[in-house]
Amino acid sequence: MNVSLLDVVGPVMIGPSSSHTAGAAKLAKTARLIYNKPFNRVEFGLGGSFAKTYRGHFTDYALVAGAMGMSEDDENLSRSFDVAKEQGITFRFYPRDIQSEYENTARITFYNDEEHTAFYVEGASLGGGRILVTSINGLACEVNATSPTIIVQQHDVAGVVSEVSTILAENGINIGIMKVGRDTRGGTAYCIIECDEFIDPAIMKKLRAAKNVLSATVVNIKAE
Amino acid sequence: MYKNAEDLLKMAKEQGKRVWEVAVDEEIKLTGTTREKLMAHFSDRLDIMFNSARKALMQKQTTKGSLIDGVSMTQYVYSKGDTISGNYINYVMSLAYSCSEVNASMGKICASPTAGSCGIVPAVLLGVMENKNVSREKVLEGLITASAVGGIYTANATVAGADGGCQAECGVASSMAAAAAAYMMGADDDRCFDAAGFAMINVMGLVCDPVAGLVALPCAQRNASGAVNALISADMALAGQIAHIPFDQVVESMAKVGKMLPPQLRETAQGGIATTPAGLAIYKEIFG
Repeated sequence: MNVSLLDVVGPVMIGPSSSHTAGAAKLAKTARLIYNKPFNRVEFGLGGSFAKTYRGHFTDYALVAGAMGMSEDDENLSRSFDVAKEQGITFRFYPRDIQSEYENTARITFYNDEEHTAFYVEGASLGGGRILVTSINGLACEVNATSPTIIVQQHDVAGVVSEVSTILAENGINIGIMKVGRDTRGGTAYCIIECDEFIDPAIMKKLRAAKNVLSATVVNIKAE
Repeated sequence: MYKNAEDLLKMAKEQGKRVWEVAVDEEIKLTGTTREKLMAHFSDRLDIMFNSARKALMQKQTTKGSLIDGVSMTQYVYSKGDTISGNYINYVMSLAYSCSEVNASMGKICASPTAGSCGIVPAVLLGVMENKNVSREKVLEGLITASAVGGIYTANATVAGADGGCQAECGVASSMAAAAAAYMMGADDDRCFDAAGFAMINVMGLVCDPVAGLVALPCAQRNASGAVNALISADMALAGQIAHIPFDQVVESMAKVGKMLPPQLRETAQGGIATTPAGLAIYKEIFG
């Protein structure tokens, strides 16, 4: 049996639905952690059951709450629209056809209108408050955000993966699961690394400074 | 690692431990957590459960569609007077209602096993604790016993209304709570699983038919009745009623029944009371 007791009696969350409220908040918060830059506007493209039933389950409040950095158990979740307004963040929802095997899907796009940038994260709520990030700005991936996760984008050349893992090893970080992929041969490649421990900003700095690394992002999910 | 009740009961007997102790040992092996952290998590969750079970007793909550605003207070006030099933039963119902009201009004709850069924385990734990003077330690052990029961459903059947109907949500919650109630009253582990089995058998086939698709009606009522079902199921086991059908076979049959249910009766709001004229009128009033 591969079931944790804390998944049976849990998650601790703001109601009413673990898939439509808690999962939505977690997905949007994870998206914000991945983006991790200033934005003045955020848009939520909703697919599947999210698009049909989002108002009844407060999926809209939960998504905005997550984008504002709130967790699924934050009692300010019902105030999220006001919190966004107070911080000068605008938001909107629209239906979006997202190719996915999952029922509850969303694309969350962060805009910085001053710098004319846009960045999106796509993913799904799987039920029971569990989520899966399936695309980071077009980079296909599978991040379930249950443990601290590092996302590295690099030039597809020999030795980068070994350099990345060496930096982690030297800093006492054990790699739990590591996935490697690329868009085209010799193009942009990526590593998604799930770890057991909290990742210190100093380690991220070293990763970003490594040769051939284009970007390194950390999603420091609180491990149980 | 155990995969069903038979394994778990066997491991407990071989090791001379209670089921909750074996479940804790196995959880530590599975997740790599420490005993202290795990017990602290359970203790925190118990607090959240109790808060949600008390919050709406004397304060009406505001929910989407206002279908269940004040249901807890109504039952709580009534529980103080002359009732048919007794003050205690009505009080336990008001506790379960409270959790449902808190959940539907964007309050903080602990899913057990789901958000829609989050009132049953807290109502039974708190109701029995107060009424029978059970120590907090014993309540926590009861909660862990309930988690182990729930885990067996998660692994071998389902706890999603979309897959198995309401029997998979309120039914499983009631089954978990029955085991906890029996445990808190001093039952041995076999009797706890008998209680869990009785509770599921009593509601097997229960459909999921949420009016307007909201987690409110009939979810709140089924949390109240599910909590009471847990108490009477524990009493059946404590009285020494013979279970006849082993718990694991009850779980297996519940999974099969869930698969036999048409999609209209599995959280889609396309059948049951959701599509009654009154149910459809409520949908129209809320969503236009």
